[in-house]
Amino acid sequence: MTVEQGIGQPRDQFPIGMRVLAVDDDPTCLLLLETLLRRCQYHVTTTSQAIAALKMLRENKNKFDLVISDVHMPDMDGFKLLELVGLEMDLPVIMLSANSDPKLVMKGISHGACDYLLKPVRMEELKNIWQHVIRRRKFNNKDRNHFDNQDKLHHGSSEATADQKLNKKRKDQNEDEDEDRDDNEHENEDPTTQKKPRVVWSVELHRKFVAAVNQLGIDKAVPKKILDLMNVEKLTRENVASHLQKYRLYLKRISTVANQQANMVAALGSTDSSYLQMSSVNGLGFPNLAGTGQFHNAAFRSLPPSGMLGRLNSPAALGMCGLPSSGVIQIGPLPTPGHLTNCQSQFQSIVHTGNDGNVLQGMPMSLEVDQIQPNKGVTYIRELPTDVNNTTTFSVSNGFQDAKIMASSSNSAFLGVSNKPLMLEGSVQEVQDGRQFGKQSSLTVASLDSGFSSNFLDHGRCNDSWSSAVQSTGDQSNSFGINDCFKQATLLPSNIRDSMSTMALQSGNNPSQVSSISTVPIHLQDSKADLQCQIASIRSNTRQIINNAPQGWDDQSQRRDATYHSNAECSSINSVIPNHGTGSPMGQSLDPNNAIFQKTKSFNSTRQSDIVDPFLLKHNEVDNLAMETLMSSNDGYVIGQQKPQGSYFSNNFGSLDDLESVMVKQEQDKVTITEEEFGFGSYSLRTCM
Amino acid sequence: MTTACKGFLDEQFLQLEELQDDANPNFVEEVVTLYYRDSARLILNIEQALERNPLDFNKLDSLMHQFKGSSSSIGAKKVKAECTLFREYCRAGNGEGCIRTFQQLKKEYATLKKKLEAYFQLARQVGPAETACRPK
Repeated sequence: MTVEQGIGQPRDQFPIGMRVLAVDDDPTCLLLLETLLRRCQYHVTTTSQAIAALKMLRENKNKFDLVISDVHMPDMDGFKLLELVGLEMDLPVIMLSANSDPKLVMKGISHGACDYLLKPVRMEELKNIWQHVIRRRKFNNKDRNHFDNQDKLHHGSSEATADQKLNKKRKDQNEDEDEDRDDNEHENEDPTTQKKPRVVWSVELHRKFVAAVNQLGIDKAVPKKILDLMNVEKLTRENVASHLQKYRLYLKRISTVANQQANMVAALGSTDSSYLQMSSVNGLGFPNLAGTGQFHNAAFRSLPPSGMLGRLNSPAALGMCGLPSSGVIQIGPLPTPGHLTNCQSQFQSIVHTGNDGNVLQGMPMSLEVDQIQPNKGVTYIRELPTDVNNTTTFSVSNGFQDAKIMASSSNSAFLGVSNKPLMLEGSVQEVQDGRQFGKQSSLTVASLDSGFSSNFLDHGRCNDSWSSAVQSTGDQSNSFGINDCFKQATLLPSNIRDSMSTMALQSGNNPSQVSSISTVPIHLQDSKADLQCQIASIRSNTRQIINNAPQGWDDQSQRRDATYHSNAECSSINSVIPNHGTGSPMGQSLDPNNAIFQKTKSFNSTRQSDIVDPFLLKHNEVDNLAMETLMSSNDGYVIGQQKPQGSYFSNNFGSLDDLESVMVKQEQDKVTITEEEFGFGSYSLRTCM
Repeated sequence: MTTACKGFLDEQFLQLEELQDDANPNFVEEVVTLYYRDSARLILNIEQALERNPLDFNKLDSLMHQFKGSSSSIGAKKVKAECTLFREYCRAGNGEGCIRTFQQLKKEYATLKKKLEAYFQLARQVGPAETACRPK
């Protein structure tokens, strides 16, 4: 097996040599626990600080098999640690406490603990804890197989998203199994794995799914029919059913964010919204999610195609990062600030791990965020920005290819076109940049890919469109009739995309503008060109929207909405982008969108709107901002949190002029703010949050 | 477990003894030493918290929870019982009861220390090689 684990323990001897990380602030208990565990012949690492534990875990996901943690700790709540570990690393966590209160036990379970032990802990109990590892492995394997395959594509080069890593780890861990991670085809199911391989919803698969659903009509789409339409081997009705459920949730989420857009999106590809959600939500589970998250990042990154990216990168990265931190893009209502924080930290840590801290890394985490997903997504986005820095349009394909993120398919899809670079840029940049990014991007991409793979495929298309759109952004001249374009842009499946489109739509309250944007993301598939147009339009829209938005935003609440929308747009756009190529197209489109997004960002928070405005004015800045906003907004929006605000957007955009004036004013102030914000990334998101 | 410690220590202590082996020759002493250090700190904190007015029961409860956790880890039965009682008073918001119980707890704690000291001395005598180090 691969050496993921890095331990010399032969797996066959499991549970001997199982690597446990013990966390407890009480030194007495910790020593006792350590000794007991050693007696069980486990390999023990101890720490009295939860933060240190997280750090260790993040450093090398494959380093541990199991985590035992005390509930009451001074630096971090044990449950929070539990959540983070579950999200980021997907390791089994056992809670430990002197308190046997059933409420606490329940809390532990709901946070994902696989067991709850009481102090003083006894040897007999510790002797059995290895079962949790096996159990998780088994279940994961199934998934992993699929994931791995996907992952492989994605993360060929990098650890790829956490999932992948996990997969790897798990696979490694699976005794006897040798999954081929890299090569995808997860045929390798671990020998011990279950017979039923988990279905990995690759971009392609997702696309098919979305197509089928659209064909049937979202209301009439029943798993059986979808399955028939999709005509995919080895796909069971249950797989489809659960995916459909998620998709529906996603759609719902999207719709709340951008009612109109959602509709549009839905129309375009209902799947998108759900996908977006799905993607984001899935977090680990959902390959898309990873992708989405990444996309956003990527998208964002790529947005600033020219310089913007660069700008975005840094600020974006920051911003992006910021976003995640804020709770991951959640621009919108951050569902759980706490969670976000987690996400953020997660992301951040994640991000850093791989690259410069590209958010990508974090992204995987962010993906986790289901609803909060924005968070997750955010993280990703953030990461992207950093990566994006460079080449807005660099041959994303290059980057990606390496990054595998795009996983071959995605790359091509996204990057495929140099045009697409936008999206890819983000990702590619990362990839190119240094592989760091690559990694990151790969991660992102990969993650996105994995998650989105299906999305990506669509993205690919979108990418093209995006790229073109993006490019246009560069040109800035693209002012496609965005409205139309966007709509066409079936951004699709890449849930992100959808979200983005929706967002875009939303942001562009300007009905025409905005909508186009949103549409774009979602249906990237359909019309790449559309996307472009959309992107372009989005951009223009964004501008407008932003302009418009400010007006709306004068009223803070409105703003919020506006931002929300814009964010949504951005997000959607962003998401869209990511999908394509992780944002390459988005990146570009983002520019205009950025403006929009920026707005969105600002919208989210009163501040945000301000920021956005200035940006709008400054197209460039805006772009960056947009990107950022997008990113952030995406995070937030994409995640679909934005629901409430979306509506505002549309209202606000009414008067461009007003917006403009508003923006101008704000611009001055905001610009600085925004810049900062973006740079810091979490700006809008933070505010929102 | 020596008879001297009976009543003061429970089966958990036995487990500690079991964990002591050639690889871990001074395990029990190590753990107990750690316990002393940690619990001294906790006791100080609790005392300070008890001097506040009004009493912050949540904080007290939390501190005592920690104390209880480590006490139970070494098997300090009586100390642990006092901890539980203390927490109940906290939950009831009974400051008086808390203070009283805390006094009692300190007494038990002091007694435990003495007993353990005697235990270690005995152990050292009996097993010179292993219990050579003196408790701090």
